Amino acid sequence: MAAAAERIETKPSILSVNNIEVVYDEVILVLRGVSLEVPEGEIVTLLGPNGAGKSTTLKAISGLLKTERGEVTRGSVNFMGEEISNRDPEAIVRRGIFQVMEGRRIIGDMTVIENLRLGAFTRRDGQVRDDIERVFSYFPRLKERTGLAGYLSGGEQQMLAIGRAVMARPKMILLDEPSMGLSPLLVKEVFNIIHKINREQGITMLIVEQNANMALHHAGYGYIMESGKIVLDGTQTELLNNQDVKDFYLGHGGGEERKSFKNLKSYKRRKRWL
Amino acid sequence: MNLDFLLQLVVNGLIVGTLYGVVAMCFVLIYKSTQIVNFAQGEFLLIGAWVCWWFMTEYRLPLWAGLPLTFAFMAIFGVLLQIVVLRPMIGQPIISVIMVTIGLSMVFQALMGWIFGVFAKPFPPVFEHAAVNVLGLQVQSAYLMSLLISVVIMAGFYWFFKHSRIGLAMRATAYDQQAAQSLGVSVKQVFAMAWAISAVVSALAGVVVGMVNGVSSALSFFGIKVFPAVILGGLDSIVGAIVGGLVIGVLENVAEYFDSQWLHIGNLYTVAPFYALVIILMIKPYGLFGTRNIERI
Repeated sequence: MAAAAERIETKPSILSVNNIEVVYDEVILVLRGVSLEVPEGEIVTLLGPNGAGKSTTLKAISGLLKTERGEVTRGSVNFMGEEISNRDPEAIVRRGIFQVMEGRRIIGDMTVIENLRLGAFTRRDGQVRDDIERVFSYFPRLKERTGLAGYLSGGEQQMLAIGRAVMARPKMILLDEPSMGLSPLLVKEVFNIIHKINREQGITMLIVEQNANMALHHAGYGYIMESGKIVLDGTQTELLNNQDVKDFYLGHGGGEERKSFKNLKSYKRRKRWL
Repeated sequence: MNLDFLLQLVVNGLIVGTLYGVVAMCFVLIYKSTQIVNFAQGEFLLIGAWVCWWFMTEYRLPLWAGLPLTFAFMAIFGVLLQIVVLRPMIGQPIISVIMVTIGLSMVFQALMGWIFGVFAKPFPPVFEHAAVNVLGLQVQSAYLMSLLISVVIMAGFYWFFKHSRIGLAMRATAYDQQAAQSLGVSVKQVFAMAWAISAVVSALAGVVVGMVNGVSSALSFFGIKVFPAVILGGLDSIVGAIVGGLVIGVLENVAEYFDSQWLHIGNLYTVAPFYALVIILMIKPYGLFGTRNIERI
C-alpha cells in the first residue's frame, strides 16, 4: 500500500478524501473512515460488493448525500485545494464535480436535446450548441433519437447520462455503475467512450463498478471497499495480479479446477448467503 | 330557443375560461414543481387585485404603471411566502401542508377584508367603452384585453418551459428532484420561482376580473373554480389546465342558459362546475391529461 501511495503521488491529486465517516439519519453509520486519492486526468475505480458504501462515497463527494439525510461527520473532502464536504450539491457542480447517478436518472419526459441542455444548466456561455454537437460525436446514435428520452433503450439512456455530464464541462465526473443493466457488448462500448472522453477532454473520472473486469481494464488505479472501509488499493497491474482480487472480483483465479466458494479464503469477506 | 343569447354565453364562457385556464396553470405550476396543493390560489387573485386597485386609486397611477408595480409586489410576496411559510414544511406530511395553505387562504381573506373593507369597490375606468361590439356580440373590453393577455401568457409559459434554462430546470425538478440537484439545479430557487410566477400571473387574472366585477372577496371564489378545471385537465398537466379552464368556463355559462330557459333551479352557474368535478373524480380521477409514467429499464 505504501508503495502504491508513493507512485500515485507523482501526479497531483485533484480530489482527496481523507478518512471520512458518513452517517445517515444521524444514526446509521455507513462509511467508517474512507480515504482515497484521485490524480488529475486519471481514471480511478472503486470496487466492492453491494452495500459496501461505494455509492455513499460518491454522494459524499458530490454533496448529494444531503438530499438523503446523510452527513459527513468526520474527515474531509478536498477538491482542488478546497474543502467541499457537506456543501450543497449545486455548489459542488459549479466547482466542477458532476455525478452521473446510479440508474442514469435522465429526465424521461424531455427530449435528448433538452436533457443535454439541462446538463449545461450551470453554464452561461454561448457554446452549449457546439457542445451538444460534440456529445453527438461521441454518441452518434443519440442524434437520431428525436422522441422522449424515457423511450430510449438502457444503453442509450446511459450514453445520454454521460453526455449530460460532459455538457457541464466538469473537471471531474463521478460515475455510479455505468454498466448497470447493459449487455456485455454495450458495456464495452460505453467504457471505451468513457475512456475516450477522459483522454480527449482531460476529465478526471472516478468510477464505481460491479463489473470489476471492465473497470480495471480502463482504470489506472483502483480501490476496493468492503463494509464501509477501503480494504485494498493499488495500480491496475497490482490489482489485476492480486490473488484475492482474482478470486473475489475477477472470477478467474487461474488453475484448471473449477472454482467453488467452498475453497475460497474467507477472511476479508462478509458472510455469503450461498 | 334563444340562439343569440346562447352564443353570447358561450363566447363569455370561452373568455372567462381562458382566465380559469391561466389561474389553473399557476396552480399546476406549484403542484408540479413543489407537490403542494395550493388552496390559497384564489387569494392570490384577491391580493393582486386589491394591490393594483390601491395603486390606481390611492396614487392615481394609470394601469400601465400600476400593473408592473403589482407584479413586482406579487413576485416578492410569492418568494417570501415560499421561504417563510412553505419551506419549513418540506418533508412534512401532505395533510399538514394542505392545512397550511387552507389556513393561508383564510388569513389572506380576513386580512384583505380588514385592510380594504368588505364591500366591492370598482376599479377606476380604464377603457373608454366598458363593452365593445364584436360581430354582433357584446364583449367587455376588460375581457377582450384579458383574452389577449391570457393567450400571451400561455405562449409565454410554452416558451419558458420548452426553451429557457430555468424552465427546463423546473421541469426536471418536477420529474426527479434528486436528479435535478445532481445537475446543479437549486431546488430552493426553483420552488421560490414557482411561487413567484404563480402569484404574479394570478394577480393579473385578479385585476382583469376586478375590472369587470369590482374588487371584493368574491374574487377568491373565482380562484376556487380553478379546482374543477384542474381536476378535469389532470392535476399535473399544464395543457390540461388550459383545456379544463375552457371547458369549465363554457360549462357554467351553458348551465346558466339551460337554467334560465327551462330548469329555473337558480344559481346553476355557480354549482355546475362542482357537479362536473364530482363526476370527473368518479370516472376519471387522473383527469384528461394526468400523468402517464414512461418507464423503461
